[in-house]
Amino acid sequence: MSVLKKACGTAHKYGDHVDTDVIIPARYLASQDPKELASHCMEDIDKSFREKNRPGDIMVAGLNFGCGSSREHAPVAIRASGVSCVIAKSFARIFYRNSINIGLAILECPAASEGIDDGDKVSVDFDTGVIKDETKGTSYQAEPFPPFIRDMIAMGGLMASLKQQAEAGKSQN
Amino acid sequence: MSMTMTQKILARHAGLSEVHAGQLIQAKLDLVLANDITAPVSINEFSAAGFDKVFDKSRIALVMDHFTPNKDIKSATQCRQCRTFARKFDIEHFYDVGEMGIEHALLPEKGLVAPGEAIIGADSHTCTYGALGAFSTGVGSTDLGAAMAVGYTWFKVPAAIKVKITGHKRRYVSGKDVVLTLIGKIGVDGALYQSLEFCGEGLKELTMADRLTIANMAIEAGGKNGIFPVDDITREYLKGRAVRSWEPVEADSDAEYTSTLELNLDEIDCTVSWPHLPENTRSAREGRDVAIDQVLIGSCTNGRIEDMKAAAEIFKGRHLAKGVRGIIIPATQDVYRDCVRLGYAEIFLDAGCVISTSTCGPCLGGHMGCLAAGERCVSTTNRNFVGRMGHVESELYLASPAVAAASGIAGHIAHPEDIVSPEHECHGGGSASPAGTETSCLSEVK
Repeated sequence: MSVLKKACGTAHKYGDHVDTDVIIPARYLASQDPKELASHCMEDIDKSFREKNRPGDIMVAGLNFGCGSSREHAPVAIRASGVSCVIAKSFARIFYRNSINIGLAILECPAASEGIDDGDKVSVDFDTGVIKDETKGTSYQAEPFPPFIRDMIAMGGLMASLKQQAEAGKSQN
Repeated sequence: MSMTMTQKILARHAGLSEVHAGQLIQAKLDLVLANDITAPVSINEFSAAGFDKVFDKSRIALVMDHFTPNKDIKSATQCRQCRTFARKFDIEHFYDVGEMGIEHALLPEKGLVAPGEAIIGADSHTCTYGALGAFSTGVGSTDLGAAMAVGYTWFKVPAAIKVKITGHKRRYVSGKDVVLTLIGKIGVDGALYQSLEFCGEGLKELTMADRLTIANMAIEAGGKNGIFPVDDITREYLKGRAVRSWEPVEADSDAEYTSTLELNLDEIDCTVSWPHLPENTRSAREGRDVAIDQVLIGSCTNGRIEDMKAAAEIFKGRHLAKGVRGIIIPATQDVYRDCVRLGYAEIFLDAGCVISTSTCGPCLGGHMGCLAAGERCVSTTNRNFVGRMGHVESELYLASPAVAAASGIAGHIAHPEDIVSPEHECHGGGSASPAGTETSCLSEVK
């Protein structure tokens, strides 16, 4: 996995408390296939998402995005839909962890979440945490990922980073 | 430096003398848990990373509870994958159909969780074990897959909200009403990233079943965990049950909390969460014009024997309203057996209910009781999100077993007092008799 530097796409905007049951309904959890999960992503609150979403697009939401079930299928479904970043006022904590672990970029930024409208062109610089609404010409500052998270992503996610640590440990012994 | 109960447990598991809110730590785990939906993803991650052994075969629990007995070929295939993995690595706590139960009811029942421990599970309701004074929290499958291999994980040390419980429980009020009231006050993100630490004189009013229900729903307030101090009720529950030796942890008396709130049990009535968020709480007395199609009594939140008893007390000698379906799901095989042994099963059958095998099933819209468009269900489960139990145009009302049973009989949302008039109460207590003093007409749990 290469380190994610920038994202650019159209904003799809949602409200507060978007839960994992609507991101990927449990009736599809008998599958682990990212493509199949993506084909049902958001369908219970936004039937048009699949049609309008283009690779690289950006989800913008309110408070507590990803609340509810711990299902990792939720960030997997969003990532497999081609979404390059989710910007929200806040994230539910399990969803936050899962997103980092599987390599879905997420940023907390209440001001951007307020200011960006559905359909706006948005760009994100992950190194600096700067979010730009290209349609409106406004820009917002989000907290960029801390170094250890960037390292984890650089190594290819949680599993790959643990594996590399284990191998480094072995070679020391 | 003073620490909360959660912080002390995390410090101990990180091998540190102290930790503070916001600190990132690596902590050893006493138990890691996954189910038939989340374990397959964890196993794939575990295998893809090239791990060839688990950290400790006695500290991994795999419970086949969500889509079991398997609802279709895909879910059967997922269970087979878990079974193969469990056999390959000789996982000691693998629970399949016939011995399994809903994970968060099963693990405490089997004595697999104990005070002072640190536990993660690939299921958001893993926070249930805080009832026993453990730190436990839900994670995703990748975290879980890594933990199966290495036995530790990273945490951000949470700040905490102190919840002081006072007063006395009213008749028909249970842990469910307490936790719904709490979520109604602070909202579904009121405890986001934080611990909920319970304390106060009122705790002695809360049975272990009440506490398990309350801790179970900490996640519905956004909480990382919900935790109770260890007292005589905890020790009594653990007697002859705990499989590992344990050491309780207490919060420092001067620990810092981001806020403190008080819940006076005297002021809590039977409470119902209206669609589509658990925070939309109202008194059960406000639901008389909400006609219903189904009641569901079960789940990791309310599928224990005390819940079955509360429902049986209301159903005894009564029948579901015409057109209402009643689904009873004892959470574990032992709860099922006790329902039969104590005569509750016959009461449920006489009332027109079906008694299902243990499964999470309908709680997450899996099987065994999904709803059609326009249907309404009063359910003792934990989430009433859009589409949670079936069609996106169905409606879920969260309530206690007593309220669900009363609603099933009435055909609309009802308060148990609407169904059981004081003079007809078999327990002999008044409507406000303190908990534990009434003598029930039903057999006691032995």
